[in-house]
Amino acid sequence: MNSLVLAVIGIVLMVAGYLLYSKFLAKKVYRLDPAFTTPAHELNDGVDYVPTNKFVLWGHHFTSVAGAAPIVGPAVAVIWGWLPAVLWVTLGTIFFAGMHDMGALWASQRHKGQSMGMLSGRYIGPRGRALFLVVIFLLLLMVVAAFAVVIKNLLISTPSSVIPVWGAILVAAVIGQMIYRWKINLLLTTIIGVVALYALILVGDANPVVLPDPILGMTPATFWIVALFVYAGIASLLPVWVLLQPRDYINGVQLFIGLGILFGSVLLSAPAIVAPAINHNVPEGTPPLVPLLFVTIACGAISGFHGMVSSGTSAKQLDKETDARFVGYFGAVGEGLLALGAIIAATAGYRTLADWEAVYTAFNEGGVAAFVEGGGNILNAGLGIPLGLSATILATMAVLFAATTMDTGMRLLRFVVQEAGELAKVRIGGALGTIIALVIAVGLVFSLGADGEGGMLIWPLFGTTNQLLASLTLSVIAVILLRKRINPLPVMIPLAVVMVMSIYALIIQLGTFYADQNWLLLVLDVIILIASLWVALEAFIAMGKARAGVDDDAERPSANVEG
Amino acid sequence: MLSRRLNTVRRRLSAVSDGLREFYVAPYRRTFGRARRDEDDLFTLLVLSESLGVPNPASYYTAELLPLVYEGVHEWHTRMGMDRSPLADVSCC
Repeated sequence: MNSLVLAVIGIVLMVAGYLLYSKFLAKKVYRLDPAFTTPAHELNDGVDYVPTNKFVLWGHHFTSVAGAAPIVGPAVAVIWGWLPAVLWVTLGTIFFAGMHDMGALWASQRHKGQSMGMLSGRYIGPRGRALFLVVIFLLLLMVVAAFAVVIKNLLISTPSSVIPVWGAILVAAVIGQMIYRWKINLLLTTIIGVVALYALILVGDANPVVLPDPILGMTPATFWIVALFVYAGIASLLPVWVLLQPRDYINGVQLFIGLGILFGSVLLSAPAIVAPAINHNVPEGTPPLVPLLFVTIACGAISGFHGMVSSGTSAKQLDKETDARFVGYFGAVGEGLLALGAIIAATAGYRTLADWEAVYTAFNEGGVAAFVEGGGNILNAGLGIPLGLSATILATMAVLFAATTMDTGMRLLRFVVQEAGELAKVRIGGALGTIIALVIAVGLVFSLGADGEGGMLIWPLFGTTNQLLASLTLSVIAVILLRKRINPLPVMIPLAVVMVMSIYALIIQLGTFYADQNWLLLVLDVIILIASLWVALEAFIAMGKARAGVDDDAERPSANVEG
Repeated sequence: MLSRRLNTVRRRLSAVSDGLREFYVAPYRRTFGRARRDEDDLFTLLVLSESLGVPNPASYYTAELLPLVYEGVHEWHTRMGMDRSPLADVSCC
């Protein structure tokens, strides 16, 4: 099949999902009301609650939710062939992710913009909140560890990306100074920043940096992991305007440029997909498609992380309730398109099936490296960018996404540690919190081998935790709908699928980790499994109660509004 | 003719620039807003310290700032976790 046809079908389906299904959700399920006074207006304080234009809000929402995960997941999952991955991404985006993101946004803004954690406390019970903290901690820990390994792999497999990746930090720092200290026009700053970034890519392409082995007594892999965590620790402690804000911004701009380049070159070169639709001779040791596909691709099909961004942040800025459809649902469509692009890059960017099979030699082989190599070939064919350069561009892009997520993840992890400290009545300062978070994350990476070579083993676990968070959010939405006496089937069916698949996947992985004698991951798996069963049980009880007929209007007023 | 066209171009450019600024500022508006509020709270405490019974060596200078912080006293004391105004001479609630 030609990748252009696939891209067109995928885009048409997702856009149709937006036009038709989200309209159905808006009218019949969430019953969005343009006259409803959103929290942004009701509680407008210029800080948390600010009515925001829906296109701008979509931009933020999308760049907050899209990162490296919708690239890594699909690039790993095409090992089962492109068809299952494409089906899960398109159907997932239409019926799962769009519904979930829009629902989280709706539920939150109907409750003064409270976060999902608060809502789960209210609708599922006090244990719901504790459960939420545990799941979020696990999720952040795994995303930080997995992305450190992803970045390390890319820095080694594409040495030409070393200079632009580390140089981008400098570019971001200079942009921060240009804006806050020198007050230079932002349009000009943006142009200078993007040009500088691409100039660095050119420099890096001409000067690949391959570290000597050993370096400072470490292997290059160990060295990169240590360097990454040192950077992430420092970045998460700096004032945000110095580094994180300009970095987020330039990456947001870069995300749109990258998506444009990728889809543009697919359009121009229309490469044929060489990978099989369904791979019948998967490499030995590849876990079964069902259920692992559903947790390998989390972001891009359904991701609980979106619920955190939707509730608590985006919900406080909705200008009109009806904007939830565009911001929430279309945000999910944007991410679905990114995932689709990743699938195409990892399956159509090779000349022959043998080339492709040479990359996907084992589960978790290929992955982002395949995305970079395949995507590089497509960029080369479509826009005539030299091969090495196009691979450098994509590797830099992937690393920058992963690094932003890592920065943010590190920062959030610190907050969770501090919050847990508060619960235990121990005051934990910023530096100490960062150190605790760093030690746990680094420990997790190195427990998978000194080179972090086993790091990608953690990826399906990350996906599972992400789906667990999504099921928690969906349960809250379902309970709210039940209390409002609205048919919750559009939420319940995806909830059931996600929950069953993630629990099934956990059980299968349990066997794998036991066979590999990977005790740490085994313990993590058991913890997540317990949390999953706990979520399922709590949701079941809460829904039972809601069905028994708790009237939504008569419920007790909530005492604590998130501060 | 030419000047009109130039004007249109300038207007469009500034519209793009405004959009970009919003894109730059909005995700961190909350972080900065909070940091600013925290600093203002501390400042309010400093200005009000004399009326709260805390000796303030700079009261000669802060006294003239009192009228400026009075407006925000209600929000300030509720944020600080006090249901009623702690000041004898300000009764806001």
